[in-house]
Amino acid sequence: MENKLPLVDVLKGVPGYQRKSDLGSFEYSYKAEITNVYPLTANEKLYQIQIVDPEMRRRFTFRPGQFVMLEVPGVGEAPFSISSSPIRHGDIELCIRNVGNLTNFLSRVQRGVQVGITGPFGTSFPLEEMMGQNIFLIAGGLGIAPLRSPVLSVLENRSRYANVDIIYGARQPSELLFTYQYDMWRKFDISLDIIVEKPDKQWNGPVGLTTDILREKVATPDSSLSKNTYAIVCGPPVMFKFVCNMLTEAGIPMQKMFVSLERRMHCGRGKCCRCNVGSTYTCLKGPVFDYWSVMNLKEAI
Amino acid sequence: MIFRIINKPELRELFDVMAVNRIIGPVRKGTSHEGKPLYAFEPVTDFNDLKLEYTTTTRPAKRYFLPSHETLCTFSVHENGWDKSVDFNIHEPHVFFGMHACDINALDKLDKVLLESSFPTPYYAAKRKNMFIIGVECDPQPFCFCRSMGTDSAFHGFDMFLTDLGDRYFVEVESAAAYNFLKNIKTREPEEKDHARYMKVVAEKNRKYTATVDTTDLAKILDMEFQSDVWKYWGDKCLSCGTCASVCPTCYCYGVEESVDIDLKGATKKKHLYSCNLIDFAEVAGGHNFRPESHTRLKYRYYHKHRGFMEEFEESLCVGCGRCSEACLARITVPEVIASVRSGVKPKGRSGRHGK
Repeated sequence: MENKLPLVDVLKGVPGYQRKSDLGSFEYSYKAEITNVYPLTANEKLYQIQIVDPEMRRRFTFRPGQFVMLEVPGVGEAPFSISSSPIRHGDIELCIRNVGNLTNFLSRVQRGVQVGITGPFGTSFPLEEMMGQNIFLIAGGLGIAPLRSPVLSVLENRSRYANVDIIYGARQPSELLFTYQYDMWRKFDISLDIIVEKPDKQWNGPVGLTTDILREKVATPDSSLSKNTYAIVCGPPVMFKFVCNMLTEAGIPMQKMFVSLERRMHCGRGKCCRCNVGSTYTCLKGPVFDYWSVMNLKEAI
Repeated sequence: MIFRIINKPELRELFDVMAVNRIIGPVRKGTSHEGKPLYAFEPVTDFNDLKLEYTTTTRPAKRYFLPSHETLCTFSVHENGWDKSVDFNIHEPHVFFGMHACDINALDKLDKVLLESSFPTPYYAAKRKNMFIIGVECDPQPFCFCRSMGTDSAFHGFDMFLTDLGDRYFVEVESAAAYNFLKNIKTREPEEKDHARYMKVVAEKNRKYTATVDTTDLAKILDMEFQSDVWKYWGDKCLSCGTCASVCPTCYCYGVEESVDIDLKGATKKKHLYSCNLIDFAEVAGGHNFRPESHTRLKYRYYHKHRGFMEEFEESLCVGCGRCSEACLARITVPEVIASVRSGVKPKGRSGRHGK
């Protein structure tokens, strides 16, 4: 039987531990518990999710802008941007809209349910690079979810940034997310402008699109914008083009403007191809891209 | 590389020596409506069933290393949560007896993305590392354009490679395992006349290619012609059925689905190969579809094959095996699509593949 080929065990003899090259951890997910569910609007809830193993929880680190794959056995797995601060490690918060198969299931679960978390995956907003500079954070609708992590990170390191401007637009006041935090953000010296398209009777803020607020902000020609300002943009596909064009005209260089793209994903690891834009994997090269990269991606926005 | 010569009858001996392993090889499965033989990669136990002179197989050997449906993991659900158990679904090595160069090159390309990039996939790795491959020189068919893609011969990715020199085989020995197998049969060193004969056989093979694809600057041209009307023309023909992806030796896109076991005590996570031509390929939860029209999906397929992979790995993901053109119900062929994108001219009065 010397001609019988031996079965090669691919997990044997892999040196060291490196998550990105470790065959053994490909399908590994952290067991995590939904510790709290906080309803934000009629359709969105904030899920506080904690990696069960305390050591794993401590070792779980991510950068603002990255995402995790959340799995409910038998229901499905999907990517979600992390909405919490990186200093909380594996005690993360995900803002989830009830819109698909998995999220519909999640909208009905209560705290205490065990889910699987894999990740973090993807690129992040370069917050270190932004230190000392002004930051525009522009969000439309659910786009505030991936922006909340950089916002919280900036809040925790407020002295390291100059002016921080959040411009947040929603269709109607009832769809505004994280309303309970606006006062806190403002008190920590962050300028927050909120605008809605369709006001209700109680609404006394501005009415229109995020670009209306942005236009005022960048109306006065300011040559320093190109040198001292970064921008982070996240929202529905139509919003990107208008906002990024306006920022470009205001003089912000393309490589200082960052967007976070949403795509369908089945793996998060550059294998299933579902998230490809042109032929770039959103899960590996994104979801955070600078605007220059986005301009070079066919059909990105 | 070490080269050997074996006399034809010795190949049966080699097969018998290797038969303690599971052997997969080209066998005749039936006859097409045009009267041509149809082949498939199937387990072979009798050397007489092995058809090394096969034209091509309708489907690649993909199902042995990228099965169309595969269980990624199972869950056992209990009171306090669940446990996951993972199996890479390979239980013995496979010997592939008689793979053409295009299919070997396809594996090398898949290796680049599934084995050698970040997050290598263990399901593929476990199967790939347990393949013993015997390549065999082919007879170019009218739909083969591998020579244009630079995949008409294989330099690595196999254990040994056979070229039929008439009464003997010229054997390229790539791995130590192959060398050891050959010790069981009679072989000899190639002589000058064997080299001459080998070169003549290969030159004859190269003269047989009829289909070509001009790949000069193709990646760049695809980028420039992104808005070309030609895509719409092909998109209107495309049935979005995904047949091309299922017969493609390098298509690896997939979808994942989970299901709860009927006894509610467990769950299964399954992967199934997908196709970027299928309508919901890029649809996100909530219903927004990033590629709703069939031409955007067809274009994306060509982009990934001939541009995206090029950008990442300096080579195309297409090996020119021609299976997609043969299988396409709308008779869309790669050489025609690329020629039309290059020229910007939609084909007029085309008569379908091979002038049918």
